[in-house]
Amino acid sequence: MAKQENPYKKYLREDRLPHIFCPGCGNGIVMNTFFKGLEGTDIDFDNIAMVSGIGCSSRVPGYVKCDSLHTTHGRALSFATGLKVGNPDLDVVVFTGDGDAASIGGNHLIHAARRNINLTVICINNNIYGMTGGQISPTSPKGSFGTTAPYGSRDLPFDLAELVSAAGASYVARWTTTHPIQLSKAIQKGLENEGFSFIEVVSQCPTYFGRKNKMKTPLSMHQYIKENSINKRRAEKMDESELEGKIIVGEFTNKPHKELSANIKELVEENSNKGLAIKSAFEELD
Amino acid sequence: MVEVRFVQGNEACALGAIAANCRFFAGYPITPSTEIAEQMSILLPKYGGSFVQMEDEIASAGAIIGASWSGMKAMTATSGPGISLMQENIGYGFITETPIVIINVQRGSPSTGQPTMSAQADMMQARWGSHGDYEPIALAPSSVQEFFDFTIKAFNLAEKYRVPVTVLADEVVGHMREKLVIPDDIEIVARKRPEKVDGQYLPFDAPECGTTPMPAFGDGFNIHVTGLTHDERGYPDTNDPESHTKLVERLCNKVLMNRKDICSVKKELCDDADIVIVSCGSPYRSVGAAIKKAREEGIKVGSLKIDTPWPFPEEEIREIAKTAEDIIVPEMNLGQMVHEVERVAAGEANVHLIGKIGGILHKPEEILAKIKEIKG
Ligand SMILES: Cc1ncc(C[n+]2csc(CCOP(=O)(O)OP(=O)(O)O)c2C)c(N)n1
Ligand code: SF4
Ligand SMILES: [Mg+2]
Repeated sequence: MAKQENPYKKYLREDRLPHIFCPGCGNGIVMNTFFKGLEGTDIDFDNIAMVSGIGCSSRVPGYVKCDSLHTTHGRALSFATGLKVGNPDLDVVVFTGDGDAASIGGNHLIHAARRNINLTVICINNNIYGMTGGQISPTSPKGSFGTTAPYGSRDLPFDLAELVSAAGASYVARWTTTHPIQLSKAIQKGLENEGFSFIEVVSQCPTYFGRKNKMKTPLSMHQYIKENSINKRRAEKMDESELEGKIIVGEFTNKPHKELSANIKELVEENSNKGLAIKSAFEELD
Repeated sequence: MVEVRFVQGNEACALGAIAANCRFFAGYPITPSTEIAEQMSILLPKYGGSFVQMEDEIASAGAIIGASWSGMKAMTATSGPGISLMQENIGYGFITETPIVIINVQRGSPSTGQPTMSAQADMMQARWGSHGDYEPIALAPSSVQEFFDFTIKAFNLAEKYRVPVTVLADEVVGHMREKLVIPDDIEIVARKRPEKVDGQYLPFDAPECGTTPMPAFGDGFNIHVTGLTHDERGYPDTNDPESHTKLVERLCNKVLMNRKDICSVKKELCDDADIVIVSCGSPYRSVGAAIKKAREEGIKVGSLKIDTPWPFPEEEIREIAKTAEDIIVPEMNLGQMVHEVERVAAGEANVHLIGKIGGILHKPEEILAKIKEIKG
């Protein structure tokens, strides 16, 4: 049988392949669901600009054939804010990780959500710092092991979907790499939502999380994630003890409201003296 | 029409930014720079631009880089603690060759230090503050007029060389009110879009003055911008020692090789001078009166004012060191630029520091006292 060509290959910078991801890493699945979600929308691929921080997950935009800004650790949302406000016509997508978004970038995350800036954020939450070799992250489950938690993590993890919902985002969903259909649908909705959209993807890092937590193969990680996922509607009827260690999946928020770059645009339209309005660095005022 | 106004230095800075076509500002309030953000929040909407008050200075520095890639001229303004927070993203600006302007209205430090008092304590930080090898451009205004002029110049240099440029002001210049003349024929460097040659555009190549025109995101060039060591295409290339050397040397050389174009000094009464006062920024304000008094007493003193501390105007200082016997460096710190002067003078002249901290500018008498001490 002829080898099947990936239908999304056309979106990739083929001259950058092969990629750096380990075999069995969840990042590739998330990339594919992103393209599927994108194709479900009316968005022109050429209008997409991607921004990311630092981490394995943040390497995704570098393989996509669009304008992409691979920034500093934790700061993707700051750069994306400038990019989106500077040119509100761009469809800006941010790829980030649990460490990037919720630890070093935690403050930017809640403020970007508060401003409801029109960005689509895909956070690949593998519960660990993959790129630096398996240290615990702010989403590592209590009791899980990492190279900096050799006796098991004692901290309570963040619930990212709840955190970002509470901070003011207009669209929030959480799915896992074992739910590619629901995930791509959520990404599609996030792309269509004119506001801050946060899609958390619980994913597998077999290389570090798996190895440290007795799930050495990608398959065992996949099974673990699948078996522990509970739909939000079902979870609402369960008590705390039943939900311990479970991954609650589904849509957390879908409440569109005015976003930052539209607000700024309106302010400018109300106040600007048209003769003085310069639109870009390329223009000269004569 | 030439416009004459009486304004605060920080306001002049904002007016300069608008005149230079800055249309994006991101910042976080901090004394003594806050009025710049406040002014930009008033002015930008009127001129079709965007103002965002960010959650901190790290975010502000990130946002202006993002805005620059959206095709906007972008600026932030801060002081001491804020400029320290921005350092990592400023380094990102260097390696990605992103034109941005950073205003640092210096205050007493380290740490929270003296929020309302003046200092020149960040001169070396502007040079070496972010990790790694790079050659920054910085301009140091000594008056309200220069704060306006140098802000425009900062934008022009940022665009020409695709580099972050810092305006190293201080509390004195930021908060004083003086006459400002706004000319009607201001030279503005517009950004150049690269020519579209199918797939052949290399965003990190170096045909012109060490760098190449940059597109805006959305222009269709599909470029990748990364803080990792990269090749001419912008693709990460982090393990090849040669690639790294080539990139970093080019980034440094595009500034160093263009010193003649970038560096600016103002020389007065240097031809016959035995002693030359080398100043930078606010301390220059006391130099004239000290020289006048010294000359009245028959001591031949001249002045060399450095407009651009970075890149350091080596040639001009070397020349002075050959003709003068002594060089006096008044600085509002315990000795920073003096080390550069000493390095370049290389023993040809005696270099004397008048380091002053606490927040008050040097008085002409303090400079005169040093002159007399040398002559005495
Ligand atoms: C300021 C700073 N601190 C630390 C690092 C080192 N670092 C690189 S990636 C990373 C963690 C990334 O974790 P995550 O965002 O979860 O991404 P993953 O690799 O797991 O996808 C860290 C700590 C850095 N690059 N910059
Ligand atoms: S280290 Fe983990 S997250 Fe990184 S590429 Fe490998 S499997 Fe994926
Ligand atoms: Mg991670």
